[in-house]
Amino acid sequence: MAGTIAHDGHADHKPQGFVRRWMFSTNHKDIGTLYLIFAITAGILGGFLSVMMRWELAEPGIQIFHGLASMIYGVEGDAAIDAGKSMYNAFTTAHGLIMIFFMVMPALIGGFANWMVPIMIGAPDMAFPRMNNISFWLLPPAFLLLLISMFMPSAPGAHGVGGGWTIYPPFSTVGQPGPAMDFAILSLHIAGASSILGAINFITTIFNMRAPGMTLHKMPLFAWSVLITAFLLLLSLPVLAGGITMLLTDRNFGTTFFAPDGGGDPLLFQHLFWFFGHPEVYILILPGFGIISHIVSTFSRKPVFGYLGMAYAMVAIGVVGFIVWAHHMYTVGLSLDTQRYFVFATMVIAVPTGVKIFSWIATMWGGSLDMRTPMLWAIGFIFLFTVGGVTGVQLANAGLDRSLHDTYYVVAHFHYVLSLGAVFAIFAAWYYWFPKMTGYMYNSTVARIHFWVTFIGVNLIFFPQHFLGLAGMPRRYIDYPDAFAGWNHVSSIGSYISAVGVLIFLYGVFEAFAKKREAGANPWGEGATTLEWQLSSPPPYHQWEQLPRIK
Amino acid sequence: MLKKMAWLSGVVSTASVILPGIASAAQPMPWQVDLQPAGTGIMREIRWFEEYTLWFLIPIVLLVLGLLLYVIVRFNKRSNPTPSRVSHNTMIEIIWTIGPVLVLLMFAVPSFQLLTAQYTPPGEPGLTIKATGNQWYWGYEYQGDQAEDVSFDAYMLRDADRAEYGKEDKAVYPRLLAVDNEIVVPVDTTVRLLVTAGDVLHSWAMPAFGVKMDAVPGRLNETWFRVDKEGIYYGQCSELCGKDHAFMPIAVRAVSKEQYDKWHAAALEDVGVANKQLMAAIESQQKLASAE
Repeated sequence: MAGTIAHDGHADHKPQGFVRRWMFSTNHKDIGTLYLIFAITAGILGGFLSVMMRWELAEPGIQIFHGLASMIYGVEGDAAIDAGKSMYNAFTTAHGLIMIFFMVMPALIGGFANWMVPIMIGAPDMAFPRMNNISFWLLPPAFLLLLISMFMPSAPGAHGVGGGWTIYPPFSTVGQPGPAMDFAILSLHIAGASSILGAINFITTIFNMRAPGMTLHKMPLFAWSVLITAFLLLLSLPVLAGGITMLLTDRNFGTTFFAPDGGGDPLLFQHLFWFFGHPEVYILILPGFGIISHIVSTFSRKPVFGYLGMAYAMVAIGVVGFIVWAHHMYTVGLSLDTQRYFVFATMVIAVPTGVKIFSWIATMWGGSLDMRTPMLWAIGFIFLFTVGGVTGVQLANAGLDRSLHDTYYVVAHFHYVLSLGAVFAIFAAWYYWFPKMTGYMYNSTVARIHFWVTFIGVNLIFFPQHFLGLAGMPRRYIDYPDAFAGWNHVSSIGSYISAVGVLIFLYGVFEAFAKKREAGANPWGEGATTLEWQLSSPPPYHQWEQLPRIK
Repeated sequence: MLKKMAWLSGVVSTASVILPGIASAAQPMPWQVDLQPAGTGIMREIRWFEEYTLWFLIPIVLLVLGLLLYVIVRFNKRSNPTPSRVSHNTMIEIIWTIGPVLVLLMFAVPSFQLLTAQYTPPGEPGLTIKATGNQWYWGYEYQGDQAEDVSFDAYMLRDADRAEYGKEDKAVYPRLLAVDNEIVVPVDTTVRLLVTAGDVLHSWAMPAFGVKMDAVPGRLNETWFRVDKEGIYYGQCSELCGKDHAFMPIAVRAVSKEQYDKWHAAALEDVGVANKQLMAAIESQQKLASAE
């Protein structure tokens, strides 16, 4: 394939000036960079919220939130305690929404997929570059609306949306009459529009702009994972948009979609929400699956084992992901037969997921493993995702979920698959593609310390939460019976350690840009076979002006 | 499998007899790592099923961990400088598809039995109680033959009120779990529980019973439990309902049928007095038991 040399002459057609380059950008790599910076910013904020919550939960009793509330909302005495309790709920809500909509999705889809999918499939850019621009620029206002909502009145005497990321009515309608909820709903609308536009862009790009010879069955798995993710987004987000629009009209225009006194049903919202919400959690993890496949293959110096099985396992996960939503609702009063169906359908998902785990191990089997930093994160991902996966299989059983629903067991489960799954995939991707994106090599000792500190920290946070959940501690509690104090304290210590991990990460980024070690076009050696490694690091502003040909 | 189930549940119930103190068996304990001890047959089955799944899941996790460690050691670039090019093996792919399917089938059978059991109360209920979740307390109505049966509200017990209710002992009446008025039910009686809410969503949860039922405005959800050991059982609201979500606990006092009848007759007049009498009766009974 004609590679690096042919492109160098065209490398610098960058628009002049900061505003033209970054605000008006239509270049998928620049937009990807913007998304990554946005995701890091949002991640730090979302992480800050979680550390505050863990600080609060380190001891029984209310430690800090009445103080925070009086600092920020200017209330005193009993009013401060009440405002603090609501503020804690606002923190859990904002933490969830920020991490999902403004950290993981922008990082994986807006960031890495924007950067790498066009390059990997041999396309010069995304299909709709200007739509790509608006996809990104819808996010900052959405984020701003959510942040403003934290300072807006919600329930009487409270500020910020306190209903959890699931925003179930009636607490999100009559329960919180203040404008905070409306701000959050508009924030979700805008973030959702951004994602739908992005999804359309990816589907069009991947279907129409693959290089000559690259059939779908030769396409890199990351592109497969993004294609499937884009379909999930396109099919599920409109349902969320419909649901939250009904919330908005219930709140402001007297409709009663979810109000029983007007003939509505609060459970209707839960069905609509989870019809979106369950595919959403696969949206968060599927791009990670794709990334891990590339990293495992690269550092094993072996092709991915069972490529087609890997691709269609993701398709299967995506399809089945749409028909399992009510396993989030086993305790709402579903009929026995409904619960039986959702138990069965949910357990089916374990099969393609198992195929993926075993295929990653088989990819390593017989390989020549180079334990570079991205590989460390990828292997960490496989193990931790397995732990989160098996607790998911337990939770799938309605009979057992009766005990575990809405306890810390669920919190532990979804943080193992998302915080330790998706986030590990993000860091794996970061360390894998950072040299490609910036042209600089990071300090691998710092990166390894970052891995080990994070690994220890997050396990210390979330493993004890299994015990708390089994013992019956409900989630979204600002205070807990004294018997839960021990494991909560351990969990909080883990959170402080993870926060140190974030600082190490930021130092690593700073260090890499300060030292400016040249990474070279392909720092990973012959195992890195996808197209991005044939370009210079960083790639030319416009790549593949001569399309690569795939044999 | 059923045989094994009976055997295991025998082990579980023996273990809970050995554990000291009836009251302490019904609330979370420090550094606890598993489900709460069972107060009902359903919870015994849930506990059994949870342990049963672990017999498969822990080995699966260890298998994945072992394989990862093995490939890291055996196939690192020093011990294996030349990678193989193998990327297909139909037989192994079939095995790791069928294997999980078999494990899931092993789960499905007892899982469906458990689920069905949860929706199959043993005969007609001896007692019906309606629980209404409100911000932030539970309202309870006993539904019997009388036109005006027992009804009361249950708020979390504040430390300031402990003396008034005679609940100074924090081991029996823990912070954030104890309430002013417990639900009183007779043991070995099927209790039908109707759950609804007056304002926003709540959830009536009792870990030791294996019961969790959401309280939804405009809906009347039905569940049941049959307590087989006397004692106080504690649960907490399990659906986010606002600022005092963590402060609307649920407490059930299971007593003998005679004690229940006495309590019920007295509670028709005055719930507070009935509760005091019941607590005094239980206390003297415990003193007698420890004297023997």
